[in-house]
Amino acid sequence: MPDYTTIIGLEVHVQLATHSKLFCGCSTRFGAEPNTQTCPVCLGLPGALPVMNAEAVRLAVMTGLALDCEIPAYTKWDRKQYFYPDLPKGYQISQYDLPLTQKGRLEIRDDKERFASKEVRITRAHLEEDAGKSSHDEAAGKGDSLIDLNRTGTPLLEIVSEPDLRNSLEARAYLDELKLLLTYLGVSDCNMQEGSLRVDANVNLHIETPAGKVATPIVEIKNLNSFRAVERALDYEAQRQFREWEETGKKLGEAPKTTRGWDDVAGKTKAQRSKEESADYRYFPDPDLAPVRTSPEQLAKARAELPPRPAELREQLTREHKLSPYDAGVLVNLGRPVLDYFFAVVAKCGDAKAACNWITQDIQRTLKYRDREFAELNLPAERLGELIALVAKGELPTARSREVFEAMIDSGDDAHSVMQQLGIGAVDESELIALCQELLAANPRVVDDVKNGKQQAIGALIGQAKKKNPNADPARIRELCLELIAKM
Amino acid sequence: MAVSRQDVEKAALLGRLLVSPDELEHLTAQVAEILAYVEQLGEVDTTSVEPMAHAVELVNVFREDKVAPSLPREAALANAPHHNEQGFLVPAVLGE
Ligand SMILES: [Zn+2]
Repeated sequence: MPDYTTIIGLEVHVQLATHSKLFCGCSTRFGAEPNTQTCPVCLGLPGALPVMNAEAVRLAVMTGLALDCEIPAYTKWDRKQYFYPDLPKGYQISQYDLPLTQKGRLEIRDDKERFASKEVRITRAHLEEDAGKSSHDEAAGKGDSLIDLNRTGTPLLEIVSEPDLRNSLEARAYLDELKLLLTYLGVSDCNMQEGSLRVDANVNLHIETPAGKVATPIVEIKNLNSFRAVERALDYEAQRQFREWEETGKKLGEAPKTTRGWDDVAGKTKAQRSKEESADYRYFPDPDLAPVRTSPEQLAKARAELPPRPAELREQLTREHKLSPYDAGVLVNLGRPVLDYFFAVVAKCGDAKAACNWITQDIQRTLKYRDREFAELNLPAERLGELIALVAKGELPTARSREVFEAMIDSGDDAHSVMQQLGIGAVDESELIALCQELLAANPRVVDDVKNGKQQAIGALIGQAKKKNPNADPARIRELCLELIAKM
Repeated sequence: MAVSRQDVEKAALLGRLLVSPDELEHLTAQVAEILAYVEQLGEVDTTSVEPMAHAVELVNVFREDKVAPSLPREAALANAPHHNEQGFLVPAVLGE
C-alpha cells in the first residue's frame, strides 16, 4: 500500500464577546425568544444603514496580534452574495481581499510528545457577520423551515489556517491551543454548544506513488460539533479519500472541491451540495460601510494592552517558577482565574511546586467531589498559601494536611483555627521517641520479627501510634522504631 | 472582453433572475457594450496610482458597543409573507 500524508487546514469561526451586534445595536445574548433581537439592519429592510461596532474591531485586532498577524493599515468590508433566508439582505457583510489581519502563526505542542512542536501558519483572521438560524420541524409534518434572525449580524471572526496540519492529533492540538488563547484574551466564550465556536476542515491526501506524489481533490468537512468530532471526521475522511483514490484515481484538479457533512452518530462524512466557486459569491466593496484605517499609534497601544498569551505563561511558569512543562500546561489549561489564584498562593508560601500540586490535584478533586465550580471555592488563595507554609515549617504534619484542607473549605476558617479545633499540632521529636519506646516495649514480638529481617512487621505499630497521637507522622514513626530496634 | 450567452445566463442564475431566450439575446449584446465602454479605462496609465478600495473618503465610522432596543416581534414579522408569530416560515431550506 502506498504511503500518504494527510493535509489539513482549519477554518474556525468564533463569536466575539460583544454586547451588541456587528452593525446594529441589537443584543447578542444567546437563548432569547426567536426574533426578539432584530431591527431594520438585521432584517435587511430598505434604507437601513449598518454602522460598525468599535469593540468588535478592537477584539479582532487583539486576536490578530496574539496570533502574530500583520495588521494592515487599511481594511474594508465586502458583500458576499448569498441567497439563503437566514440572511434576508441577500448578502453577507464579510472581508475579501483586504482582511483586518493576515499572515500569523500559532505554535502547537503535545504534552505527551506524540508529535514534535510546530508552528501552524495563519492565513488570515477576518471579521464578518453571522447568519440566522433555520430549523425544520419534522414532527409537525410541515414543509416549511422556521427562521430565527436573532443571531443574524452577530460578529464572527473567521480564523483560517494554512494547510500545515498533518493528522487529527495536530488538528486537535491546534484547536485546543486556539480556544485557550481566545479564552485568555477574553475575546470569545468559545462555547461550542451555543455555536460560539464552529470548525470546518479542509482535507486532502498527498500519496506517494512510483510515478511521484499525487494529491487528491480537496474536501471541506462541515457539521463538526465538537473537537472530538473533528478528530474522528479527519481520521475517517483520510481513509475514505484513500479508498476513493484507489477506486477512481481522481486527482486534485480533476474533480471540483466538494463539501461533506460529518454524521456523528454514523461516524461518517456524507456528500453535500457542491461548493460554489469563490467567484460566484461576486464579492464587491460594501458602499454602506466606511473602510477602517489603523494607525501605528493605535497598533502600539493595542500591543501594549495585549494580555499574556498561554504560551508565554507556560514559559514563565517553567522559567520563573521551575515547574515542569507538563505541570505548567495543566495549570494554564485550568484558565486565567485558576492561574491568578496560583500566583497568589505562591506569593504567600513561596513554594510553586506545592502550590501547583494542591491546585491541580487536591482542589480539582474536591471541586469535582463537591460538584462545585472553581469560582465557588470557599478557600482564599492566602489561606491555601498559609496551609502550605505551615506544612513546610513542620507545624502541620503532612499526614493531616488534607484533613485540615477539607475542614477549611467546610468551615471557611483559616488553617490555625481549624488545627486548633481538630487538636492538630506539630509533634515534638522527643515526644515521638517516647511514643516509639513505649510501643516497642509493649510489642516484643514485633521487635523480634524486625531483628529477624521482617521489617514490614513495623506496620502493626503505625496504627497503634496514630491512635495514641493522631499528629504522629507514620513515616517518621517507622524510621524511629527501626533506629531504636537497631540499637537494642 | 467577449461576453457569451452562457456568461449572461450564469450571471442571471446567480442573481436569481428569470431571463427568457429573447431577453438573453438582447442582454448579451447590451452587457458586451457596457463592458466595452468600461474597458476604455484600461487605456489610462495607473502605474503610480494607489488602488482605490472604496468610493468614499470617509474612514473609521464606528459606534460604541451599546445595546439598543430591538423591534417588537410582531413588527419584525409584519412584512413576512408567512410566519407563525414566532418565526419566518419559508420553503424548506435543504440540509446545510
Ligand atoms: Zn439589529
